[in-house]
Amino acid sequence: MPTITRQLHQSLLSGAVTSTALVQRCLNQIAARDGQVKAFLQIDADNALAQAAAIDARRQSGQSAGRFAGLPVGLKDNICVMGATATCGSRILENFISPYDSHVAERLKAEGAVLLGRTNLDEFAMGSSCENSAFAVTRNPWDLERAPGGSSGGSAAAVSAGMLPLSLGSDTGGSIRQPAALCGIVGMKPTYGRVSRYGLVAYASSLDQIGPFAGDVYGAALIMEAIAGHDRRDSTSVNLPVPSYTQTVDQPLAGLKIGVAREHFVEGLDPAVEQSVRAAIEVYRSLGATIIEVSLPRSRYCVAVYYMVASSEASSNLSRFDGVHYGHRSENHGNLAEMYAASRAEGFGDEVKRRIMLGTYALSAGYYDAYYKKALQVRRLIREDFDAAFQSVDLILSPVTPSSAFKIGELTSDPLAMYLQDIYTLSANLAGIPGLSIPCGYSPSGLPIGLQLLGPHFSEDRLLRAARMYESVTDWHSRRPAIAVD
Amino acid sequence: MNFTTIIGLEVHVQLNTRTKIFCGCVNKFNPDQPNTQTCPVCLGLPGSLPVINREAIHLGQMTGLALNCTITPFTKWDRKQYFYPDLPKGYQTSQFDLPLCQNGYIETFSHEGEARRVRILRAHLEEDAGKNMHDESGRGRDSQVDLNRAGTPLLEIVSQPDIRSAQEAKAILEELHLLLTYLGVSDCNMQEGSLRCDANVNLHIDTDGCSKVATPIVEVKNLNSFRSIEAAIEYEVKRQLEEFQKTGRKIGDPGVEKETRGWDMERGYTFAQRGKEEAADYRYFPCPDLVPVTTSPERIEEIRRSLPEFPAQRRARYRQEFGLSLYDASVIVNQGAGLARYFETVANLCGDAKQAANWVTQDVQRDLNDRKLTIGEFPISAELLGQLLKRIVVGDLTVKGAREVYAQLLADSDEGQTLLVDWIDAIIEEKSLKVVNDTGLLDAAITSALEDSQKAIDDYKAGKQQALGAVVGKVMKLVKGADAKVVREMLIRKIDG
Repeated sequence: MPTITRQLHQSLLSGAVTSTALVQRCLNQIAARDGQVKAFLQIDADNALAQAAAIDARRQSGQSAGRFAGLPVGLKDNICVMGATATCGSRILENFISPYDSHVAERLKAEGAVLLGRTNLDEFAMGSSCENSAFAVTRNPWDLERAPGGSSGGSAAAVSAGMLPLSLGSDTGGSIRQPAALCGIVGMKPTYGRVSRYGLVAYASSLDQIGPFAGDVYGAALIMEAIAGHDRRDSTSVNLPVPSYTQTVDQPLAGLKIGVAREHFVEGLDPAVEQSVRAAIEVYRSLGATIIEVSLPRSRYCVAVYYMVASSEASSNLSRFDGVHYGHRSENHGNLAEMYAASRAEGFGDEVKRRIMLGTYALSAGYYDAYYKKALQVRRLIREDFDAAFQSVDLILSPVTPSSAFKIGELTSDPLAMYLQDIYTLSANLAGIPGLSIPCGYSPSGLPIGLQLLGPHFSEDRLLRAARMYESVTDWHSRRPAIAVD
Repeated sequence: MNFTTIIGLEVHVQLNTRTKIFCGCVNKFNPDQPNTQTCPVCLGLPGSLPVINREAIHLGQMTGLALNCTITPFTKWDRKQYFYPDLPKGYQTSQFDLPLCQNGYIETFSHEGEARRVRILRAHLEEDAGKNMHDESGRGRDSQVDLNRAGTPLLEIVSQPDIRSAQEAKAILEELHLLLTYLGVSDCNMQEGSLRCDANVNLHIDTDGCSKVATPIVEVKNLNSFRSIEAAIEYEVKRQLEEFQKTGRKIGDPGVEKETRGWDMERGYTFAQRGKEEAADYRYFPCPDLVPVTTSPERIEEIRRSLPEFPAQRRARYRQEFGLSLYDASVIVNQGAGLARYFETVANLCGDAKQAANWVTQDVQRDLNDRKLTIGEFPISAELLGQLLKRIVVGDLTVKGAREVYAQLLADSDEGQTLLVDWIDAIIEEKSLKVVNDTGLLDAAITSALEDSQKAIDDYKAGKQQALGAVVGKVMKLVKGADAKVVREMLIRKIDG
């Protein structure tokens, strides 16, 4: 099945392919391959086919089939859809069915997308490998022994393996861009406030953003123009007009000034990754871009700041999972305090507990100023670094990850090494700026390598166009793993 | 042993916004249909987000200004974290270091006009929790949680420890209650919990005539009536004094911490509620789901201009404009804005504020109490009473006659009739209550009455003033509606020649 959204979209719009046929192909591919990949936690085939049939019927009766015209989209299992699970990869929400639609689900439904399946993730989006899911370990379609990245590993693997053309993930510290890079597809984290978080189960509220995965830049642009925009139900959603990203995506940017930060090319960066990223810089140079060296001196604090801020917010956000009103409630308790303790002890996995404890500690009386407050101060400095850099450049180009996909189990015993997976992506969340990951090469063993483009606030249009410039003169994105061939 | 009682109040006021503080659910007391006024936001479902209610901020700022507070120009929201079944998110969204309103005061006045000022430390907005209902049958059934109340906007008003007695605490709470009623920001129904009060109480004891020691601070929770405020503090003062005499424990001693006690109104005592080993670290931090709220000086002035007249201002005006005593002014104003408006209409219509005050504080008040009515439900409207009293003022009716008309009006209303202004004259006519000022008619009647009252005249002349009563009675019989006072004066003039 082609994973190039542009062609699929054209076929649907022209009527050459029906949504029903496309969804059926996706379901067939899932049936054939997901036993190995385990990208999905839940598939409701009948429901997906019914949605597709309704959209086809609309088209046949001359009505609009919507912006998506029946393209299927997979949603990470922390984005609420009415009547569907929202397990967040956690035992504590194993049997939770959302009674309401998230903003993005409403938008996708209204625009003629078929919501197909719930994709796997690290529990509550905490992780970089999809190994922290309580239900399944998702495999990298390029090498089933390797991790697809995380936390939106299921969404990335599903697109990479040709089981879906599009999917949504959430990115708190790199959870879209890193799995996109490791799975060889396009992924984008929008500006904080660009996409409503209403209905996204919160991990770290001040960092979380929903964003797209697609086989090509066009697909990411298509999703972005459907889900971006103001939503009154999210107070942090920004009321700015949404550009028609698909209309502008093919327009090259003249006089592009690209920043390269020396801090991004230091010890710990795999030579194959460095080589691919440096080659990408040359591609941009050949397209007329000016390359300017910039400095992001506080980027070395990113990991520390991120784990203070994110864990603190998480420790609060996850308080609601107490077994009282919904979710897992332990049978092993004598009184109320024991009920809370046992339900949470049984319901949460190790990584979630680790971060709740870290965050609880950082917010505790006597520690708040030294940890949480200090982290917020440094966070502001990190943002100022970017503001300063974007005074002289339009974009900053960097690696997405220090290396290509690692083996399953390789980093699970060393949480700190796992945390370093996100060293290039964390700062965009801390600064609130948008970031995009696009394939830019392959390791000697044939594993995808990602290129990250970072831009100032609300520069999604610029990021997509710059990515498309690169995509149009390279063919990394058209390579698919063997498993994707149906 | 000499001691000073130190009291500070924390008052939770449910603001009567149309919808809840962070979602669109209706904000209404409804315990009979639990969990019907809920949505993903106030249920704390995964993925839901709060949005601040503009009206809650407005009502909170109105109250702050009425309490002479500074309105914080930049205010934000913080999460106060603890686990409890009525708190679905595991934290209460509240305000920590930048409360909506700060540094104000409230004053009460004794009937002698003596002012007492109690400083307000802060007033901040937060969300109310739901309500836990436990099985009280003793059969150990499950507890239940009703989240209708969860997300009701609350203004928590915290006073400085400026109050020195249980009576004063009650008076301050009554004045606050009245102020909130005049502002219309809350139902202020203490039984339904829309106004709830906690009191922090301790004693400064003079042990040796020169230095003072402080007993441990006790927070007495859930004082749900004015009577309980007074009684609970009185009890607590006594208890702390006895405790101190027994143990000598004071603030600063090792292991002495603030204690939380409940109040049992029926049994009349406070009881220990939370042990200090459970002392909570609420881990306040700024809520990342909400944005700070800024208020411009112009906006604050706009709110200030829109505020209604406060009770204290109204009492002063009644004294100046209507010449009422502080006592009368307070009696009327303290009954709430409805009765005060009623009084003003009556006073303006009849032209005699003292007359109006007498009727409103006595007759009307008595009948409201007897009939358990609010002034809005009272069948004799302010217009009707004003017209009736006007008859007294112009001399057409005696006070006694007016009482008869008033009683008849109430009786007619009890029979289900709608009262009209015309009826006043109809009743006066029917009962012949109109004061007769026709001196010719009275003269003739007096002459006629004196003709067969020689003995009374003699007695009067002999110094028996009361002998004239019988003659006055005869005249009154002859001329219905004659004013006894006028008749007596005319009689005396006639006899004395």
